[in-house]
Amino acid sequence: MPRSDHQAPRPNRQAAPTAVCRPSCPGLREIIMAKLSLNKIGKSFGKTVVLKDISLDIEDGEFVSLVGQSGCGKSTLLRIIAGLEAPDSGDILIDGVRVNDTAPKHRNIAMVFQDYALYPHMSVAENMAMPLIMARLPLHARLPLARRLSPAHRRHKPGIQRDVAEVARKLHIEHLLDRRPAQLSGGQRQRVALGRALVRDPKIFLMDEPLSNLDAKLRMQVRREICELHASSGLTFVYVTHDQIEAMTMSDRVALMHGGSILQIGAPNALYSDPDNVDVARFIGSPEINILPGVIENGALRAGDISVPVRLAPGCKIRSGAVQIGLRPEHLVLEKVPELAYPARIGTGIPLAFRKHTIEDLGAEVLVHGRLAGHPDHEVRIRAQKSDAYGAGGTLASAKDWEVRINPAHILLFDATGSRLPTEPANSDREAEPAAMRRGLRQQAGLA
Amino acid sequence: MATTSGPLQRAQTRLAYWLVAPATLLILLIYVLPIIVVFAASLTDYTLVSDYYEFVGLDNYRKMATDAQFGNALHNTFVFALLFLPAAFVVSLVLAIAIQERKRFRSILEIVYFLPVTSTLAAMALVWSALLDSRQGIVNGIVTSLGFAPLNFLGSEDLVLISLAAISLWSIIGFNMVLFLAGLTAIPTNLYEAAAIDGADHPIDKFLKVTWPMLGPTAMFVAITTSITAFKLFDTVAIITRGGPDKASEVYLYLAFLEGFEYFNMGYSSALSLVFILLILLFALVQAVFVDRRVHY
Ligand SMILES: Nc1ncnc2c1ncn2[C@@H]1O[C@H](COP(=O)(O)OP(=O)(O)O)[C@@H](O)[C@H]1O
Ligand SMILES: [Mg+2]
Repeated sequence: MPRSDHQAPRPNRQAAPTAVCRPSCPGLREIIMAKLSLNKIGKSFGKTVVLKDISLDIEDGEFVSLVGQSGCGKSTLLRIIAGLEAPDSGDILIDGVRVNDTAPKHRNIAMVFQDYALYPHMSVAENMAMPLIMARLPLHARLPLARRLSPAHRRHKPGIQRDVAEVARKLHIEHLLDRRPAQLSGGQRQRVALGRALVRDPKIFLMDEPLSNLDAKLRMQVRREICELHASSGLTFVYVTHDQIEAMTMSDRVALMHGGSILQIGAPNALYSDPDNVDVARFIGSPEINILPGVIENGALRAGDISVPVRLAPGCKIRSGAVQIGLRPEHLVLEKVPELAYPARIGTGIPLAFRKHTIEDLGAEVLVHGRLAGHPDHEVRIRAQKSDAYGAGGTLASAKDWEVRINPAHILLFDATGSRLPTEPANSDREAEPAAMRRGLRQQAGLA
Repeated sequence: MATTSGPLQRAQTRLAYWLVAPATLLILLIYVLPIIVVFAASLTDYTLVSDYYEFVGLDNYRKMATDAQFGNALHNTFVFALLFLPAAFVVSLVLAIAIQERKRFRSILEIVYFLPVTSTLAAMALVWSALLDSRQGIVNGIVTSLGFAPLNFLGSEDLVLISLAAISLWSIIGFNMVLFLAGLTAIPTNLYEAAAIDGADHPIDKFLKVTWPMLGPTAMFVAITTSITAFKLFDTVAIITRGGPDKASEVYLYLAFLEGFEYFNMGYSSALSLVFILLILLFALVQAVFVDRRVHY
């Protein structure tokens, strides 16, 4: 990014939060509610079914992300909420009022487009003033020549300019007001798009992959700013992204979409640690979860040579048969790396033989690729502390045959179709300990 | 480029000149030389019928100032342009917008409107002159069947320029429409969506806030090419009206043609042609300088 305006230090940031409090009607904030409900929304383009009976309730002031692979219908759903696309079936309710036939401008929503959709022929100030001009001036006062004669134009102009300046100041773009979009950097355009959405004082803020055109560093910064904006404005946010990390870090709740349906909606951690579906487990979490085949027989889970007792929850549909085993990369704990002498080990969990292939250095952590014994066809990823894979001296063990352990409580089971098989909570406290905690214990033991 | 001058650089420079030489020569031969010849001829009283000619200085140009024919041709040309230009611009823009919004039939309509562009105007002029004939023409048949008196489209001094403008319009709207369509297609749809959310969903607002400003470069191109077409009016005049009735359709280029090839005043005709080129150049320049700054972002 050649320009550096957005990286410039802003000492007042903390003191004055980016609250864009409604310039036009400050007193109204208390009574503006924006609960958004989608009720069995269906949409097809020709023969392609894009959305299948989507139902979703978003509370006032909530930040909900729609996340999913490209082409799963996220943008279409957002455009239906905005009113840019009409659903084939189902209802959209804002605060309990059906808005299916309401024009976008009357839905009280604002939208930030992926490529910002700024008007290239207008200055930043004109771009941001556009929603206000449309809302406050009658048609004759918006016509090119006639507006000069219009008293409405003269009456509203100062107010519009004031409101634009106010939002511009809060977004730190007041020095850009006279520029055209072509003269701005990507990050600055982003801010202008936010500003144009904010001036109109919306109830619901829709964003379609607003960060995807920014470079990685700027993305982190704007991500935080959007979160601050959400916190300070108290508006309802619906945020579309294909990036699960964005969704996980920013949202109150994440709705994971796949092939036109919402597979699961819940708090980020619920999707991560308690996925309903193997597709959810695969999509959420980076590096991706390891999925291995296994069989349940006589109350035991068999995978390769290993057999572990498993207690399926009473409501579980199947009691035996082929299953998919989900192992999060950080739940496989490096246990015995030859040549590295670990201090006191707490050897809980099931020991598994592991053959190392490659190691990726992620900085603080490493990602070890290899295979588990009994699963020669499935590459497995293990996320570990760097010190667990490298010796104290920073030298990498040359031997390839390692040993890892997995706590049975961390095993996620899915049936052949991908649905989660609920298991009974483990009864031993020791087994329920999270891996991180055990690691902590180990480190304490090492220090002592 | 040639600021650093080693032997290699100089060789390269020489080579570059050799490489552009053929194209340069062609341009000089085809465009510049004729203009120079015409300019030279315009300073003489050369006629096509005699080899003898004298150098007369700027007499031919002085003659224009007093020549009633010149004034008449200029007047007719501007009246024609005034009738033809706005219609050629607005009608094709409206058609383009209407067709653009159509999903079915779009390509059929495009072809139908573009057909006149592919035909030879000279041949079509004969067809039009038959259609607009004051006695047997189909158009007058329609006019009389509607209960009006027949109109002398090509024979009346008041109507002839309007009729010619209509024929030219017919022959050019397809072309302009395709240009506008290309311009419209290039406007990102999400601008209209942003406008709809911002409240600009009224057709007038959509046009004024998005379509028209985004169409700027196309509109300028269409305006310039159409203006030049208007000033270049010749074929239909030469074939249908021959400048008549009573010189009411004698336009600039037709006068230049008459002076040169009917009255054999090659010198004067050359002067007229040169002034014509300068006028068009000036016109395009003014448009480019004044409009270009407003349409590119
Ligand atoms: N206007 C349209 N006409 C036809 N198909 C469309 C249209 N818009 C989207 N689609 C199709 O709908 C599917 C979902 O698109 P979209 O909602 O943009 O996905 P996402 O935003 O999740 O990447 C895609 O397969 C896309 O090709
Ligand atoms: Mg999308």
